Amino acid sequence: MNPDDALMPRIPIGEWIDTGIDWLKANVSWLFDLFSMVMDFLIGGLTDLLMLAPALVMVVVFALIALVVRSWKLSLATLIGFAVVVSMEQWETMMQTMALVLVATVFAVVIAVPLGILAAVSSTVSAIVKPVMDFMQTMPAFVYLIPAVTFFSIGVVPGVFSTIIFALPPGVRMTELGIRQVDGETVEAGEAFGATRGQILRGIQLPLAIPTIMAGVNQVIMLSLSMAVVAGMVGADGLGKEVVQAISTQNLPLGVEAGLGVVVLAVYLDRLTAALGNPSAYPTSLLALTQRTIAQRATTGI
Amino acid sequence: MPPVISAEGLYKIFGRRPQRGVRELQGGRSREDLRAQGLTAAVIDASFSVDPGEIFVVMGLSGSGKSTLIRMVNGLLPATAGELRIGDEVLSKMSPAQVREVRRRRISMVFQNFALLPHRTVGENAAYGLEVSGMNRSDREKKAREALEMVGLKGWDGYRPSALSGGMQQRVGLARALASGTDVMLMDEAFSALDPLIRRDMQDQLVDLQQRLEKTILFITHDLNEAMRIGDRIAMMRDGRIVQVGTSEEILNEPANDYVAKFIQDVDRTRVLVAGAVMEQPPETLGAGQGPRTAHKLLRETQNSWLVVLERDRTPAGVLWQDDVAEAVRVGQEQLPWSSEHEMAVVSHDTPVAELFGKSAQHAAPLVVVDDEGRFAGVIPRVTLLTALGVIGEGADPSPVPDVPPPEAPGGSAAEDGQLAPTADDRRGGDAR
Repeated sequence: MNPDDALMPRIPIGEWIDTGIDWLKANVSWLFDLFSMVMDFLIGGLTDLLMLAPALVMVVVFALIALVVRSWKLSLATLIGFAVVVSMEQWETMMQTMALVLVATVFAVVIAVPLGILAAVSSTVSAIVKPVMDFMQTMPAFVYLIPAVTFFSIGVVPGVFSTIIFALPPGVRMTELGIRQVDGETVEAGEAFGATRGQILRGIQLPLAIPTIMAGVNQVIMLSLSMAVVAGMVGADGLGKEVVQAISTQNLPLGVEAGLGVVVLAVYLDRLTAALGNPSAYPTSLLALTQRTIAQRATTGI
Repeated sequence: MPPVISAEGLYKIFGRRPQRGVRELQGGRSREDLRAQGLTAAVIDASFSVDPGEIFVVMGLSGSGKSTLIRMVNGLLPATAGELRIGDEVLSKMSPAQVREVRRRRISMVFQNFALLPHRTVGENAAYGLEVSGMNRSDREKKAREALEMVGLKGWDGYRPSALSGGMQQRVGLARALASGTDVMLMDEAFSALDPLIRRDMQDQLVDLQQRLEKTILFITHDLNEAMRIGDRIAMMRDGRIVQVGTSEEILNEPANDYVAKFIQDVDRTRVLVAGAVMEQPPETLGAGQGPRTAHKLLRETQNSWLVVLERDRTPAGVLWQDDVAEAVRVGQEQLPWSSEHEMAVVSHDTPVAELFGKSAQHAAPLVVVDDEGRFAGVIPRVTLLTALGVIGEGADPSPVPDVPPPEAPGGSAAEDGQLAPTADDRRGGDAR
């Protein structure tokens, strides 16, 4: 057929992976079951929690959070945006997506930050982690869904699994970057005063890397959100499922409404985490205001 | 007293397998030869010792290896070869934990760009060294407050470093080093990032603190004037090697080589040299109990026009003049003829030469130099003062050229020499004649 065939034998990489996956499925299924159980519990629980209060009450709560962390502007935008979602009857799906995104983010961060620290401390770890991260980030996200379904069958769990994998890399990268770019003289100062590596990490490197790490967390959330929509394809409840349904039925109104829900959620989470990473840039947040009042009281008290 | 820091044949070479670089350097290869092999010799065969309570300045341009050297002293950079002792312990033989202990208890450091922690308050920054070594909060806060007060930052504990000016931030850096209570302080270009006025303030304050607290200070700088101002002894570094160690006077008067000599051209020597260094011994002095005839005899023998009279305890009583003495002898006066016109100018032996000119101009009599107890130490006649400057100038240019014009002197040095340029020119004019 193809003249190249004679020169280049077919290497069945895909089949090997498939065999490997089958082996995993056969031998460590208890691990997948455990993961399944934990995720089902967490996401289900969180969704229930978010749905506990009436939608409009929750809208006000979210708006208040925005006020505390960032500004009255974001608070107002939240109030309007979320109210629109409620009126589009996408509230429940948005809460499901939010639960999935939050759980996936927490897991991704819990894995990514220590990995990033290791990579920052050791060049060997960094050299290994970097290509793996490249691989994870560039592999089309849908591909993760296939083994995920093998492991966990359909539902929210394969969705959160592939979301974690897909969203992990920026967390690792930004943590490593943040720690490595801490001013060398400052780290030296720690050493010069006899600090141990742990003391330097906890007292100097991590605190100074926080803004960069938070930028990474922000990226993790954004990637989680985009993946959470894809996860709708394997049956994870939420806005993604609505979008997939809209595609398969050529239902434009539903597609637009679910899509708008994603946009509102994305903007909200993005602005919120950006403000968390760089609190000093938002002097009108309730948090900054109270801190200033306390500081003022402390100085005038003396 | 044994030295606090002593270095013997210290080497620091960066690159792969640095040991081979040490062998090659010892075998006579140059720094450039090593560079061709991908090795950077930052410090080569450095030996020095710092005595307790001394301000020892390492002076050199960027790339001379001085920053590397200071980092070897507290083990931030391990030496490639050679031995470094802190007290009587050898740093390279210590475990990492022991080195940390040395850093906590014996050596603190002040950094060029302050290296404060921006997320902590000034007070927390000053307490950092103590926090690291595990002191409890209330004790370390108390010590930090004391240290901040010492550097003039009382009441600033609660602010963030970013609220402070550069000079104040470096005071925090200084307070952090002081608070940790170590007897040795390393200062890496500590004042180089500050404006000149603030820098002088800080230099004065450092010298003052050092005298009060008797710290041993190893100070790195690229500014020779700074080195001369604060250093008890100065090590001049060039291309990784220490080319000369000595007091500022020794370096000014006897530069070890052309490099050092060229360097000290820029120094305002009149601020470094002190009266004690330029004074001379008069051939004779007169006891206050003697009469005019003895004075007359001494003046004739010495061929001088003046004579210093000392009390029994060797404090100066006054200066006699030839004409007055001759007149007193002629009229047969018994008392020493104190001159009403020429009152005696007394200066302390540690007065900078720069401050002598005014006095010397006002008084025809030589300046009388006294030691710390007020006893006579020597005299500085005008001629001696001017000659001293000439000799200093001589030191600056190790290639005195009597007949042909100096090769690099006029264009280059006239601009650089600043205040000293006229003096140097005068001298050269004299030489040419």
